[in-house]
Amino acid sequence: MTLRDGEATQKPDRLNREIVTPEGVPLHLRLAERGERLAAVLIDLSIIIGVLIAIILIAVILLPVATYGWALAFGLVLSFAFRSFYFIFFELRWQGMTPGKRALGIRVIDRTGGRLQPGAVFARNLMREIELFLPISLLLTETNSGNVWVNLLTMLWVGLLVTLPYFNKDRLRAGDMVAGTWVVEAPKSALLPDMAAQGHGAPDQNSIHFTDKQLSIYGIYELQTLENVLRQTGANTRQTRDSVAERIQKKIDWESVDQSVGSDRFLEAFYMALRGHLENRALLGKRRESKHDTN
Amino acid sequence: MGMEPRVTEPQLKSVDFRRSREAAWRELDDLVQRVNKDGLTALSPDELLRLPALYRATLSALSVARTISLDQNVLRYLESLAMRAYFCVYGAHEGIFNGLWRFFANDFPAAVRAAKWPLFLSVAIIFLGWFVGHTLTITNTDWFYSFVSESLAGSRAPTSTTADLKAGLYDNSDTVAEQLNLFASFLFTHNAQIGMLCFALGFAFGVPTAILLFTNGLMLGAFSALYASRDLSIDFWAWLLIHGTTEILAIVLCGGAGFVIASALIFPTRKSRTTNLAERGREASRIVIGAVGLFFVAALLEGFGRQLITDTNLRYLIGGGMLLCWVLYLSWSGKRGSDDAS
Repeated sequence: MTLRDGEATQKPDRLNREIVTPEGVPLHLRLAERGERLAAVLIDLSIIIGVLIAIILIAVILLPVATYGWALAFGLVLSFAFRSFYFIFFELRWQGMTPGKRALGIRVIDRTGGRLQPGAVFARNLMREIELFLPISLLLTETNSGNVWVNLLTMLWVGLLVTLPYFNKDRLRAGDMVAGTWVVEAPKSALLPDMAAQGHGAPDQNSIHFTDKQLSIYGIYELQTLENVLRQTGANTRQTRDSVAERIQKKIDWESVDQSVGSDRFLEAFYMALRGHLENRALLGKRRESKHDTN
Repeated sequence: MGMEPRVTEPQLKSVDFRRSREAAWRELDDLVQRVNKDGLTALSPDELLRLPALYRATLSALSVARTISLDQNVLRYLESLAMRAYFCVYGAHEGIFNGLWRFFANDFPAAVRAAKWPLFLSVAIIFLGWFVGHTLTITNTDWFYSFVSESLAGSRAPTSTTADLKAGLYDNSDTVAEQLNLFASFLFTHNAQIGMLCFALGFAFGVPTAILLFTNGLMLGAFSALYASRDLSIDFWAWLLIHGTTEILAIVLCGGAGFVIASALIFPTRKSRTTNLAERGREASRIVIGAVGLFFVAALLEGFGRQLITDTNLRYLIGGGMLLCWVLYLSWSGKRGSDDAS
């Protein structure tokens, strides 16, 4: 592993988006993958179908035959309500998530960054009528219209609708367009200890000194790659650190005064010194993004 | 991490910064996790007040961190924490009953009032369909079969005797269970689904919506002509309008909502097409949700009211009364509130 192709390689940015919160702070987020959304819908659909079947089974087993008329009527209204308002109910209740979306870690938000309005939740899920339920019933039932052209046009239109997320850069389906929403990933990351905090195994700085010249070789990208190396745990940690330390020492012409300085101690000291150096310069408005940056 | 007292050099600003703010981040993190697990009700009133304050503090910390800290982990953490807290603070959450009340008192009537012209178009198309269907069928009864599908017509066809047709209008022999069945399976779910479809099809530039409205009009015209040809007009309209005023209004609303979508697609305003569509779409969807409520009332009237009430005058009275109620409700409810807001 080298500093150049470290772990810090950015995810492709064609999925990265920015919203500005009502407080005026931009937040970066990532659109959900189409596969994730498909999986989420499939989970939700199986829940809907499963619950409907369960309702029918329970009714058939528990109820005496005489009450079938009532039960059927009740069941039909119940299943209509369940199928039509399942998505709306959960997206209102769980702030833009349904059980399927929750399982996949994705959610619906307002495209402009405002509050997700109930109207938007209604709109995007009412459109499922033609995006999801109509195609399903078209597939399940024989097309009854004798007119070939009508059938063909219907199929074409439905196909276009279903594949709509493939034809726009924001991966919006018709419902998202009508509601002004999009579906994003809701990542969770943990707060790890600060690598530059005193007492976190960071060495006594007095023993290792770096000159300004040595510190102006690398930029922020390399610093954060180094951070990843230092946070890395696993089988190859030792090797990686040794080779990274060697490369850096060579690059900055570092002569050890004290031969006992191991690669761990060196890397931690260098990380701290480099971060201090780059942060100070960034405060003065001279952010050096990478070693290729002339700033 | 243990903080050693021996500090040989001043700490980095970013390290100090993190140390002073970290407790607040962790507190917010904890609140957000609990909200995500059990909803906002999991928080005590105090914590509920803390949530937005902590959220804003974290947002400002994120802004500061972006300028002074190069610690990638802190930046990522703050970004994700701010995002998750943002979902909690700005997600859609409102009590179901509160939301329903506000919706039917304000949002729905306001959305209907805002869609005046699309609704007018919707009415016009149904009326045109009725007119064409009626005129054609009255001149030649064969047209009836073109406009009404066999399953829907049932025993009501030009070949039926006048007595049979009349009996059909006053039939109340169904048992209660059968009425319920009828109400449930067909009247409500079927109609509501058609209504939603009418809206969603607006996305195809409104053409299928218009066709759907027109064919429904044709069907109505075919029936009214059939009964008119047997001198049963008064009985027929009483039979139809007891629930029809409500149901046709609901269809008109859904069609109008479809046209709102279509017009946002076809005629962009000063805003971009996508912004415009998003705004109008949200408005229009409110109309449809409200219309589902109307379909429910219509199904009750059709399933029960029509079976129980066989008096022609009373049927007219109920149908007309319902229409008056709907018009008053839709044109007045929540008007003052929305005027203040706009």
